[in-house]
Amino acid sequence: MKFLKFLVIGILFGIMMAKSEIISWYRIQEMFRFQSFHMFGIIGIAVISGIIGVMVIKKFNIKDFNGNPIVFHPKEKSLIRYIVGGTIFGMGWALSGALSWTDGRQYWLWILKYGYRIPFFYFRNLSLWCVA
Amino acid sequence: MTEFFTQSWSWWFTGLVISSIMFILLFFGQSFGFSANLRTISSCRGAGKNVSFFNFNWKSQLWNIVFLAGAIIGGTLAGTVLNSNEPIVISPSTVSDLQELGFSLPTGLQPDELFAWESVATLKGFLILAIGGLFIGFGSRYAGGCTSGHAISGLSSLQIPSLIAVIGFFIGGLLMTHILFL
Repeated sequence: MKFLKFLVIGILFGIMMAKSEIISWYRIQEMFRFQSFHMFGIIGIAVISGIIGVMVIKKFNIKDFNGNPIVFHPKEKSLIRYIVGGTIFGMGWALSGALSWTDGRQYWLWILKYGYRIPFFYFRNLSLWCVA
Repeated sequence: MTEFFTQSWSWWFTGLVISSIMFILLFFGQSFGFSANLRTISSCRGAGKNVSFFNFNWKSQLWNIVFLAGAIIGGTLAGTVLNSNEPIVISPSTVSDLQELGFSLPTGLQPDELFAWESVATLKGFLILAIGGLFIGFGSRYAGGCTSGHAISGLSSLQIPSLIAVIGFFIGGLLMTHILFL
């Protein structure tokens, strides 16, 4: 089953998001008020160990399980997109918390926060044309 | 062993789990970026016909949808069988700041003032979630990634665009927390 492994990794991811309290609105507020090390520590350790791992992959040309080289896709170059998009995301993050639906007891919340967005994406392109 | 799963995880352990998930996905030939799902879902619904942004091979991103389904299952497990049912421990100064804003002492992972049914049923409560959701959805797609794609995957491969986006996340979060609303 090709997709089973991704389901398992996803379950681990969901447990991690909740048990580390990353999805907690309280933790997010604590972070933006600089009143706790928790979130900064998590991001810091993830990024530092990520950088080391990526360097190791590049240095030794480590292949994936299909034998293909592991490639890192460079992001498109733009300043406006990243700073504007990032700021808008950050505002939403502080306001209502990102990924809090992985909490699991709040599916209706998922529908409220994410479901209605799907039709919005049709519209999204209009504003994209205006800025880009 | 059960205690290991029911207690909350330390920051250093969580950080290592996050980068491990990224590397496992890389090993399986995929990259770690959660909000790409929003684009995939829209594309399945036929957006590609009208909008070139969605005109990509959504089948190649099916794994990410499966990953998302797994995350919902994992989150459900964490919220039910793996739940210690103890209130979250956050910094006392955050508690007192939030009390000034009318939030009571934390009981669970999320504040009832924002996420309980009674709060969402009010106009203000509804708008907070709807506007927050809109910002997260639009912002993450426009910036080409969210916390997983930019802050973790992007920074790990030393990409400048991701650094810019992460700076943006903090500008937005600080604006919202300290100036606009909270």
